[in-house]
Amino acid sequence: MTALNVLVLVSLLYVAILFLVAFAADRAAARGRGTWLRSPIIYTLSLSIYCTAWTFYGAVGFAARSGLEFLTIYLGPTLVMIGWWWTLRKLVRIGRSQRITSIADLISSRFGKSNTLGIVVTLVAVIGTTPYIALQLQSVTFSLAAFAEADTTQTAQISEGTTAFWVAAGLAIFTILFGTRNLDANERHHGLVMAIALEAVVKLFALLAVGVFVVWGLSGGVVDTIARIDASEIARWDVPGSRWVGLTLLSAAAFLCLPRMFQVMVVENEDESHLRMASWAFPAYLMMMSLFVVPIAVVGLDLLPAGSNPDLFVLTLPLMAGQEELAILSFLGGFSSATSMVIVAAIALSTMVSNHIVMPVWLKATGGFAMVSGDVREVAILTRRLSIAIILFLGYLYFRLSGGGAALAAIGLISFVGVAQFLPALFGGLFWRGANRRGALAGLGVGFVIWVYSLFLPSFGPSFIMPESVLEQGLFGLHWLRPQSLFGTVGLNPVIHAFMWSVSLNFVAFIIVSLMSFPEPVERLQAAQFVNVFEHSNPSGGWRPGLVQSEDLLIMSQRIMGAEEAQAIFSEAAREQGIGGYLPETTADFLSKLEKALAGSVGAATAHAMIGQITGGATVSVQDLMAVADETAQIMEYSSQLEAKTEEQARTARQLQQVNEKLTQLSVQKDAFLSQISHELRTPMTSIRAFSEILRDGRALEPDEQNKFASIISDEAGRLTRLLDDLLDLSVLENAQIVLNIETGSLTDLLDRAELGAGLANSTLKLQRDRQAEDVMLHTDLDRLAQVFINLMSNAKKYCDADDPVLDIQVSGDDDVLHIDFCDNGTGIPFDKQGTIFEKFARVSETKAGGAGLGLAICQEIMSRLSGAIEYLPGQSGTVFRVSLPIDTGAKVQAAQ
Amino acid sequence: MRSEDKSVFVAKRTYQGRRLADAARLMPVLGIGLFSLPVMWKGATLADGSRTVGVMLYLFLAWVFLAGATAVISKRLKSQDDQAQDERQEG
Repeated sequence: MTALNVLVLVSLLYVAILFLVAFAADRAAARGRGTWLRSPIIYTLSLSIYCTAWTFYGAVGFAARSGLEFLTIYLGPTLVMIGWWWTLRKLVRIGRSQRITSIADLISSRFGKSNTLGIVVTLVAVIGTTPYIALQLQSVTFSLAAFAEADTTQTAQISEGTTAFWVAAGLAIFTILFGTRNLDANERHHGLVMAIALEAVVKLFALLAVGVFVVWGLSGGVVDTIARIDASEIARWDVPGSRWVGLTLLSAAAFLCLPRMFQVMVVENEDESHLRMASWAFPAYLMMMSLFVVPIAVVGLDLLPAGSNPDLFVLTLPLMAGQEELAILSFLGGFSSATSMVIVAAIALSTMVSNHIVMPVWLKATGGFAMVSGDVREVAILTRRLSIAIILFLGYLYFRLSGGGAALAAIGLISFVGVAQFLPALFGGLFWRGANRRGALAGLGVGFVIWVYSLFLPSFGPSFIMPESVLEQGLFGLHWLRPQSLFGTVGLNPVIHAFMWSVSLNFVAFIIVSLMSFPEPVERLQAAQFVNVFEHSNPSGGWRPGLVQSEDLLIMSQRIMGAEEAQAIFSEAAREQGIGGYLPETTADFLSKLEKALAGSVGAATAHAMIGQITGGATVSVQDLMAVADETAQIMEYSSQLEAKTEEQARTARQLQQVNEKLTQLSVQKDAFLSQISHELRTPMTSIRAFSEILRDGRALEPDEQNKFASIISDEAGRLTRLLDDLLDLSVLENAQIVLNIETGSLTDLLDRAELGAGLANSTLKLQRDRQAEDVMLHTDLDRLAQVFINLMSNAKKYCDADDPVLDIQVSGDDDVLHIDFCDNGTGIPFDKQGTIFEKFARVSETKAGGAGLGLAICQEIMSRLSGAIEYLPGQSGTVFRVSLPIDTGAKVQAAQ
Repeated sequence: MRSEDKSVFVAKRTYQGRRLADAARLMPVLGIGLFSLPVMWKGATLADGSRTVGVMLYLFLAWVFLAGATAVISKRLKSQDDQAQDERQEG
């Protein structure tokens, strides 16, 4: 019997079939056929990579040691799946709308495309997953060894190390071949997923077959099996509540956070609706996987010699019964579990390592794509292939160094606790908009440190890395820092203990730091995009169009995605925009589409940075927003400036219009002045000429008549002289040639003088004065001021058209200015004349006889010489002129005396 | 829950769709209840309660029930959702 040789042959054959299936599926997908590749069943089956060799073999061992407790590992994921409406639906929607490539990418994207977070998550994932890969290698080696033991013809011992090495190498080749054929993770690995689905079927079938054989072949039916269980050492249901609940929670958390689960669940997801089937079909799958675990464990304990490894009961029971075919099938089941897990984990980790560690470093080192003559695509693929090889080699190394055995077997749950550290950032990111980058970093940091300290390091056994004194006495001898009973919590299983402390303190740090720190704009944008993903599954980001050259983008994209794909994307976009050729307009829409396409290849953060470099800024989104905001502010400012200018122009236009009106009036006045002055001069001159001619002719005139005529001549000559005096006065004033004669006197005296001068004593005009208010001392040119007053009074006398004309003189003022208002009770000056009354020869009424119209012009000149003013107050009941005089401090003092 | 869902009276189909979503949300709560029930059986007087076989049978039955119920809800939700989507596209 050459069982081992047959086994190796069958295994190789099996691997060849897997290759074929993967290859065929890839080809079918490439040709656009094979819609069945994208069916929900395939998706559901691909989720089965949760059931690794550790669960395939280990579940039985777990059951043999602690009864039903092993079920918790399946119950957790079951709860997550039936609760898909809460979490998975959202996760998948976000994964699709944001083109997420890994869990590190998700967390980094959510928290402002932060690469630091991406690196941290990647490192934790690598540290947590490498031992797990070692565990898979171990299980394959152990199962081979079990065969070798049973094979009597085989004399040579098989070397564990060699087997593990070749398994690792084979897996690396398979993964590289089917996992990195296309760079864009969003194009999905159809071949791989297909192979994994096939493996899922194989392992379920194998386990069910062994179970059926054990129950009906070895044990003699259901009733007998139940009797055996009752009689076994695990007959009593005796699981501590904390372990039951804690392990269920732990496996639920790990199910969401494991990089490989994220890969198949979110990244490889073809269609959101596949979740509907997976939500019930995957729990059913898990249920079937665990259906026969307890019977196999019990029968194994019963039938196999004491001391045999319960982890291998699945294999050793058929071997013992001589069922080689079944044993080989069982081996293939275990092999499938191990390989599918390793393949997906390697892909997930290599994506993370290349997108979050190597590519950013490489981009930085080479100063961005623009300077690089090589092909980014080549670099990315090479990075991934190397990462896969390195990760598998690390797994192998870990297996060799740890020496396998019990220490390694425990690593499954330890690894779970490690990746469960992503849970707070993941959950917070999905459901809480206030969660921010600092919080996520703090939480991850705290959780990771506690995990390493309380679970990971102690797992190597005392004195391996962690000194026994620390384990016994706590760090620095602090009792409450004992790794396996932190803060004095004793009596807990180490795994549950570490899980409880690390995740809860992780949550606490995450929440507190998030509450206390302020997120950047990108984070807040992403937060809204993630938390409210169902309200707007629109593309994220938002690039500023027009700034980027299509050609540059095309060059960059070709380097990353390869020429064909990039050109396809560009020409499609151009076609959509209604342009031919390969260069579409760089609209925001196109840019975010392109960013997502690139994100599939190099991760969100890197893609963002790359487009950012072309658009001219590493954090373009923030700066974009700022720039847009600035621009808006500038436009608003500019428009308000324009408005102000427009207003100013309108004001100027109004002023010009006023000036124009005034000029027109002045022109009319000037004409009137000329005719007026000729008339004014001519009238007296005519009389003087006429009467002087009469006198010259010497006709017989009565002396009376002679007198009369001579006095008329004299009067007219006087009138002429006055007119010329006025004109001279005005001209002198206007040319500032007068010398002011500053005196001090009281206002009352001045007004009395003016009253006499204006001849109001025997006129009909009544004067009203307030002598008390007038008791003000003035320090000015009193004669000139009196001239102004006289003028105003005689104007009132001449022009006030009331039946009982009254002139009211009111004195008011404040500390600086004294106002003397001359108010009569007439009709006032018509509006259209108000503007010109202070002009020369301006007369309110042509019909009313009067002076030459120079009086007010002279008054205005005088007042401006005296640093005061005279103005017409419109809107009063009659004509009101206001004379304003500055009050001299000296005058005030005198007035006070 | 969303801003667009504010109207108090909606078509029967929409209403039922929302209740189905509620049911889908409640499934894990029910699951947690069912799965953690055995913790309280320890030391109970129930003859089967302390037996591994009894607990195992109970858990598997609960499991099948949960998977079945989720299947029904998911299937119904799908048709509801499709219709809703059609309506939205038409509107």
